[in-house]
Amino acid sequence: MPEGTAQTNSGRVIGDVIMKVENVSLSFGGVRALDDVSFDVREHEILAIIGPNGAGKSSMLNCINGFYHPQEGTITYKGKRRDTAKTYEAAEEGIARTFQNIALFKGMSTLDNIMTGRGLKMKRNFLWQALYYGPALREELEHRAKAEEVIDFLEIEAIRKTPVGRLPYGLQKRVELGRALAAEPDLLLLDEPMAGMNHEEKEDMVRYILDVNDEYGTTIVLIEHDMSVVMDISDRVVVLDYGKKLAAGTPDEVKGNQDVIDAYLGVSHD
Amino acid sequence: MSGDHAAGQDTFPKLLAANARIRGGKPASREKDYGIWQTWTWSEVAEEVRALACGLAALGFQRGDRLAIIGDNRPHLYWAMPAAQAVGGVPVPMYQDSVAEEMQYVLEHAECRFAIAENQEQVDKLLEIKDRLPKLETIIYHFPRGMRSYTQDFLHLYADVQDKGRAHDTANPGFYDAQVDMGTGGDLAIMVYTSGTTGRPKGVMLSADNLIQTARNAAEWEGLTDDDEMLAYLPMAWVGDHIFSVGQAFTTGFCVSCPESAETVLEDLREIGPTYFFAPPRIFENILTTVMIRIEDAAPWKQRMFHNYMDHANRVGRDILDGKPVPFMDRLKYRMGEFLVYGPLKNVLGLTRMRLGYTAGEAIGPDIFDFYRSLGLNLKQLYGSTEASVFITIQPNGDIRSDSVGVPAPGVDIRIEDTGEVMFKSPGVFQAYYKNDDATAETKTPDGWVHTGDAGFLDADGHLKIIDRAKDVGKLTDGTLFAPKYLENKLKFFPFVSEAVTFGDGRDYVAAFINIDLEAVGNWAERRGLAYTGYTDLAGRPEVMELISDCVDKVNMDLAEDEKLAGSQIKRFLVLHKELDADDGELTRTRKVRRSVVSERYDDLIAALYSDRDHCEVTATVTFEDGRTDTIHADLKIRDAKIVPPGAGQAAA
Repeated sequence: MPEGTAQTNSGRVIGDVIMKVENVSLSFGGVRALDDVSFDVREHEILAIIGPNGAGKSSMLNCINGFYHPQEGTITYKGKRRDTAKTYEAAEEGIARTFQNIALFKGMSTLDNIMTGRGLKMKRNFLWQALYYGPALREELEHRAKAEEVIDFLEIEAIRKTPVGRLPYGLQKRVELGRALAAEPDLLLLDEPMAGMNHEEKEDMVRYILDVNDEYGTTIVLIEHDMSVVMDISDRVVVLDYGKKLAAGTPDEVKGNQDVIDAYLGVSHD
Repeated sequence: MSGDHAAGQDTFPKLLAANARIRGGKPASREKDYGIWQTWTWSEVAEEVRALACGLAALGFQRGDRLAIIGDNRPHLYWAMPAAQAVGGVPVPMYQDSVAEEMQYVLEHAECRFAIAENQEQVDKLLEIKDRLPKLETIIYHFPRGMRSYTQDFLHLYADVQDKGRAHDTANPGFYDAQVDMGTGGDLAIMVYTSGTTGRPKGVMLSADNLIQTARNAAEWEGLTDDDEMLAYLPMAWVGDHIFSVGQAFTTGFCVSCPESAETVLEDLREIGPTYFFAPPRIFENILTTVMIRIEDAAPWKQRMFHNYMDHANRVGRDILDGKPVPFMDRLKYRMGEFLVYGPLKNVLGLTRMRLGYTAGEAIGPDIFDFYRSLGLNLKQLYGSTEASVFITIQPNGDIRSDSVGVPAPGVDIRIEDTGEVMFKSPGVFQAYYKNDDATAETKTPDGWVHTGDAGFLDADGHLKIIDRAKDVGKLTDGTLFAPKYLENKLKFFPFVSEAVTFGDGRDYVAAFINIDLEAVGNWAERRGLAYTGYTDLAGRPEVMELISDCVDKVNMDLAEDEKLAGSQIKRFLVLHKELDADDGELTRTRKVRRSVVSERYDDLIAALYSDRDHCEVTATVTFEDGRTDTIHADLKIRDAKIVPPGAGQAAA
C-alpha cells in the first residue's frame, strides 16, 4: 500500500487518510455482521468493498454513515469519532450515499428529488418559505442552480421534470447518484451502484463515478459485485467475508490473494 | 427590407456587422444552459465572433484555411462559421455522430488545419485519428469538462482562444475589419459533405453569394422577418440547417435557438415555440403517432370531442388556411374547435406560433400532411438539394397540392430533359465538388444547369411533380414517359392494394401486377358476407377483381389529367394469387420489389398481359415460414382497364 501521497494514472493526487475504521465489530443478537474490521480511506481515492453475499458490506456502509452503531471499535472521520454519530450528523459532515434498493421519492420529479439533496443546506425556516418572496426565494434559486449543475453533469436534462417512478432502472440509479451529489459530499458511499444494470448502463455509470472523482475530487467508497468494474476503477480494494476482513490492497494484490480466491470460488471443507 | 441594406453585404461577417448595427439589441442566439435559456443579442454575437476570429488568427489560421466544426447544434459552434469566414477561412461542418474513420476521410479530403470540437467526446475521436492526419494542427474545444488531464499543446479551450483574440484585437486594432473587408461574395463560404449514400462523400463548395442570395430570396418570398424564431436541431453538417439557421438567420436577423440536448428537442420546441420550423416527414409522423396514442388513453368524452373537431378540421381546416371560401357556420365551428381542441393541441406540440413549416427529404404521407394543415399550421413541402443551396421548389401559400413539390423558388429556373430528368439553374448552384472534377462535370453543365437525378414534369400551372429517380424511368415504344414507382405508389395509395409491379419500358402499353391487402380486402369481403378460404381464393374472386378494377380506373383517371403521363395509363392488369414475399426473394428485406426476380419468375404472366388472352394458368412455389415449400395452382384472370382520353379526367371525375 503506498504511503503518503501517490499519483494515480488519471492525474489525481491521493491525499491523507480521511477516515479510519478501527477494529469495528457489529452484532445483531447472535449474528456477528462485522468482526474486528479495520481499514482506512484516503482523500480523493476510490475504495471498493467487495465480498460474497452477507459478508457485511452494507453493514459497513451503514456504520460509516451512522445508521448502525458498532458495539466495538471506532470510526474516525476528519479527526472526529463517527461510530456514535447520528445519520444527519454524517450528512452535515459531508457524507452522502446511495442505496442498494433505490430509495427515491417515486412520485416526485427528477429535479425535486435532486433538490432534496440540498435540503440540509437550506437555512430558511418554514415561515420564510411560506412567505415565498425574499430570502427564501433567493435561497431556492441558489440551490436550484446547484441542482442544475448536477443535472448537467449527469446529462439527465431530458428527464428533469419526469416523475422518477416512470424512469427506467438505470436512470433511477443515476438520479439517486445525482441526489447524493447535490449535497456536495466529501465522501460518497455507493451501495451497489451498478446492480441490475445492463452492460451499457454500467459503462455510463462507471464514467460518471470516475468523472465525479476526477472533477470534484470526491472520495468514493463503493460496494460492487462486478469484479471487472471493481478492478478497473478502484484505487484500493477491501475484501470482507463473514464479517471479517480477508484482504486489502490494490486490485492486483487482491486478485492474487489465495484467501480471496477461496472465498469467491469456494473451498472444500474436509 | 433587406434590399436597402443589401449593398456591400455579400459575406456572412459583413451581414453580422450589419445585424449588430441595425438590430444590435435583438436576440440572435439562444441556448439552454443549466435549465435556463441564455440569450445573446446580435451585438453580443458580433463581439463573440470577432474575438474568436482574432483568436484563430493569433493561433496561425491563414486565409484559405479550412476549419472543421464538429458537434451538436450550439451557438458557439455556429459562431465559428462567420469567425472562420471573417479571416478568410472556410468552415467545414461535420456530422457529430460519425465515427472516427468517417471523420478522417472528410478531414483529410478537406485538408483541415484547424478543428473546433464541442466536447471531450469529439476531441477523443479527433485524437484517435490525429496521427493519420498530418495536416490537422490545432484543435479547439468548447466544453472543458473532462478535459483537465489533456495536456497536448495543440488543444485549446474555446474561451481561451477568444481571450487570445481579444488581446490580438487590442494589439492590432484595424486587423479584424480589414480582414472582413477583404472578403467578397464570390469567396467560398462553406464546404458541405453530402452524406454519401452512394460512394464516398463529396465536398460541395458553396460561395457566400450562393448561400446569401438563395436564403434571402426564399426568406423574402415567405415574408420572414427579424421577429421570427427557429429551433436548430438538425445536424449542422446538413446544408438545410445551414441555410435556415445561418443563411436566413443572418439575412433576415431572426433568432436561432439551440436545444439543450438531442433528447430534449420536443420539450425545447414547446418552450421556444418557433414561428418557423423544419422537420423531415419522419418527425411529423412521430408527433402525430404520439398524439394519437395519447388520445386513445384519454377519457371517452375527450376522445369524442377530439374526433368530432378533428373531422371538422379535416373537412374545412385546409380551405380556411388557404383562404378559400368556407360557410359561416363551418367557420364558427372551426373557431370553437380552435378553442377546445386545435389550440391546446398545438400548444402541447410547441407549434402554437408556427407560421411557416417545411418538410422535405422524402414524400410525406398525405394523411400526415393534411393533419397539420387542417390544424391551421402552414406546413409546406419543398424540394431541394445540397447542390442548389437547398431551395429548388417550394409549395406556394394558398396553393398546396399533395402530389406536387410546388413551384420553382424565386430565382430558380427549371427545365425537363428529354429523359424526364429535372434540371435547375439558380443563384444557389454550387461552385464545384472539391477535388472531384469528374463528378462536377457529370452533375453540372458548363452553362450552369444541374442534374437532380430525379425525373419529373411541370404541370400546366407550373407545379413540379417528381415521379421517380431518373434512372428508373423508362419509355413506352411510342416514346411516352413510363415512371414505374409513380404508378405503383398511386396504386398502393388505395388501402386494398398492398403491392404493385408495373411493366412498360420498351413495350406498347403499361401493364400491372397487383397484390391485394389481405386485411383490408378481407374486411371488405366480410362486411359483404363474401366467404373465402385464403389469400389465393380471395384474390381470385370476381367481386375482388371488380374492386381492384375500380382502383385501377381511378389511377388512370388521375393520370389522364397530366398531359405527360396520360399515355402511361394502365391498360391491362391482373391480381396475383400470392403475396410477393421477401422469403421467396421477390422483395428485399426492406420490402422493395425486386423487379428482375419478379419478371423472371412470372414471365408467362407478363407474356399473357401483353397478349390478348383473358386468363393464364400458373403454378407457383411458396416457401413457408418453417422452410417447407409447396406449389400453388391458380387460373388468373386478366382484365382490361378503362383508358381515359387525355385531359378528360377532370370531366369524368
